[in-house]
Amino acid sequence: MGLSLEHDETRLGEVVETSTTGFVAQCYQLFGAPPLGALVKSGGPYPAYGVVHQVSTQGIDPTRRPVARGQDEATEEDVYRSNPQLAHLLRTDFQAVIVGHSAEEDLRYHLPPTPPPIYAFVHMCSTEEVRMFTANPAFLRPLATSSITALEEVVAACLRYTAPMQEDTEKFLIGVGKQLAGFFPGDFRRVETILRRAAL
Amino acid sequence: MNTSTNPHGRYLGNVVGGSLNRGIEVRLDPQVPVEEMALGQHVVIQGQSRRFFGIITDITLETSDDSVRANPPDLSNPLVASVVSSTAVYATLQVLPMLALEGEMALIDGPMPAKTVPPHFAPVHLAAKEDVEMVFGREDERHFWVGTPLDLEERINIDLEEFVKRSNGVFGKSGTGKTFLTRLLLVGILQKSAAVNLVFDMQSEYGWMGTSEGTGTVKGLKQLFPSKVAVFSLDEEHGRRRGISPDYLVKVGYNQIEPEDIEMLRETLNLSEVAADAAFTVAGHFGQQRWLRQFLDLDGQEVQELSKSINVNERALSTLHNRLRRLSRFHFVTERETDESVEEILRYLDRGIHVVLEFGRYQNELAAYILVANLLTRRIHSRYVTRKEEAMGDQAKEPRPLVITIEEAHRFLSPGIASQTIFGTIAREMRKYNVTLLVVDQRPSGIDDEVMSQLGTKLSCLLDNERDVDAVMSGVSGARELRSVLSKLDSKQESLIFGHAVPMPIVVRVRDYGTNESYRELGFQEASELRQQMERDADDLFGGR
Repeated sequence: MGLSLEHDETRLGEVVETSTTGFVAQCYQLFGAPPLGALVKSGGPYPAYGVVHQVSTQGIDPTRRPVARGQDEATEEDVYRSNPQLAHLLRTDFQAVIVGHSAEEDLRYHLPPTPPPIYAFVHMCSTEEVRMFTANPAFLRPLATSSITALEEVVAACLRYTAPMQEDTEKFLIGVGKQLAGFFPGDFRRVETILRRAAL
Repeated sequence: MNTSTNPHGRYLGNVVGGSLNRGIEVRLDPQVPVEEMALGQHVVIQGQSRRFFGIITDITLETSDDSVRANPPDLSNPLVASVVSSTAVYATLQVLPMLALEGEMALIDGPMPAKTVPPHFAPVHLAAKEDVEMVFGREDERHFWVGTPLDLEERINIDLEEFVKRSNGVFGKSGTGKTFLTRLLLVGILQKSAAVNLVFDMQSEYGWMGTSEGTGTVKGLKQLFPSKVAVFSLDEEHGRRRGISPDYLVKVGYNQIEPEDIEMLRETLNLSEVAADAAFTVAGHFGQQRWLRQFLDLDGQEVQELSKSINVNERALSTLHNRLRRLSRFHFVTERETDESVEEILRYLDRGIHVVLEFGRYQNELAAYILVANLLTRRIHSRYVTRKEEAMGDQAKEPRPLVITIEEAHRFLSPGIASQTIFGTIAREMRKYNVTLLVVDQRPSGIDDEVMSQLGTKLSCLLDNERDVDAVMSGVSGARELRSVLSKLDSKQESLIFGHAVPMPIVVRVRDYGTNESYRELGFQEASELRQQMERDADDLFGGR
């Protein structure tokens, strides 16, 4: 495991729960989840692109909740240093909405025929990959029309994440904004909220 | 030109709905600034097998999200502003389809009236020069350039041959350019020899020189085409004061004035119906030739006696007597005249020379204008009827088509009298006897409906009175949409033209008149140029020296 990480630093973890519209991946590193709104890519026969919308850290045994340990420690880091077992008793998971996939070396902006299998590796997308995938401003459709919680926040986070990687940020945001107006017909207020947060 | 050729004008958007009657709805492309659209602009809609020509009749701002109306987004954020302007809010154009060009036949048949609509999402472009030229034709021996569309530098031509086939009208509030437009039409008719003109020129605007608001004087027809125009006058002194002598001095004899003329003058002379009718009785009593002279010679006592003997209300008869005395103040009315004036006018017209009758000092005497115009027209019309009937369909013998221009037309064609007067008759019978009218008026609502609906081509400058607009628009398809165009015209030099002489209604910026360049374009040659031309002609004839 350590070996492969050295070879591929973009590898984040593995799929541990999967469905047609999204997957859950467990991170190799505690707190090693990608940022909210980041574009990740799974392995498998139909490599799926996903936007991270939920990150959670909890005990590996759901019946045993973590207990407070830091009363006598000076800093938060000291808590982990004094309890080296924690890194193995806790896990960080993240959830991603599938927004497209690649097949036959083409990018497809719709759901893959089968979701990524369990234990498929999940990678961070490179700047080049982000740029290629987001070249089509419609890439947000599966995300924007999904029923995840805090939808507006996630879309805005995704734009904050992807926009700086574009050659022309402003043009990119305007293009995406127009698409969003189409995804939310009769609800420009929502588009406005997202765009204002995307520009922060 | 193939109807499926790529459009030349700017892309505006797509058809999104509408109907043939109400007009087509076009969603304006977000890239096109709505402010650059204007009422009356022409567009081309490319259907699958037809190409439609339409006119913009309305521009609407729409939103796809009603909450934006009540709660506008924060436009200080440039990103939000840019997105909202191209998504949640948009503009639509209302386009009235006027003509359709159908497949390959379009080349031969030309555009036909649109009887269907383009399909959904058909692309819409602004009409380009090529499109306008295809619809309105090039300037040639029957097409006369009257102006340019509002948004293009293309020449709009009217078909003068069609134009003179029917009576036509020039309307507009005072000061909006009616006279300019009329003068231009007269020049056109003259230049293309489409007909001969007889102009009853009340304000002396057409013959020798005219006035132009702002620039002083402009050349009249006689100055531009001295050999083709004759100026007749009622008032010798007027011409003498201006240093010109009219080609002929028109006189009217008492013997020529008929009771029908008095009927026409009823409103102007403020006569009651009974009083005007009394003229017929008086004429019956004294005889057609002498009635007016003898009647006016009577004194008060004798009028009283006459009323008893012919059984007419005494008050009415004495009012008639008083009012008719005004006619004797007109110097052009003489004791006795033959129809020499009429014959002289006809002689000129037969030679293809256009006649302008100036009223000189009587320019503010409406009674003089109505009397003379009516009297002469009646006689000229009856000669035309005789000659047309004598020709019996032999085109060579037929009299030249004649266009009679009258100003203040509502005085001649008001609903009460239009059915009886000669002008009403001419307007209704169309070209049967080769005589048509060009009516110039600022109150079209005062003209009889039937006459208005018979007018072939109407040229209207700005009108803002509801009833006037209604009157001009009567009997026109798409009237409701065109109304808005008409009431938004610029108050100077802009005119809406619709009817037989143009394939579709169009708003034009009327061509310049009054600059040296404009005169030259109309065919005027300066004296020096004329001399050179003569020398060249002499050389051609007799060989170079």
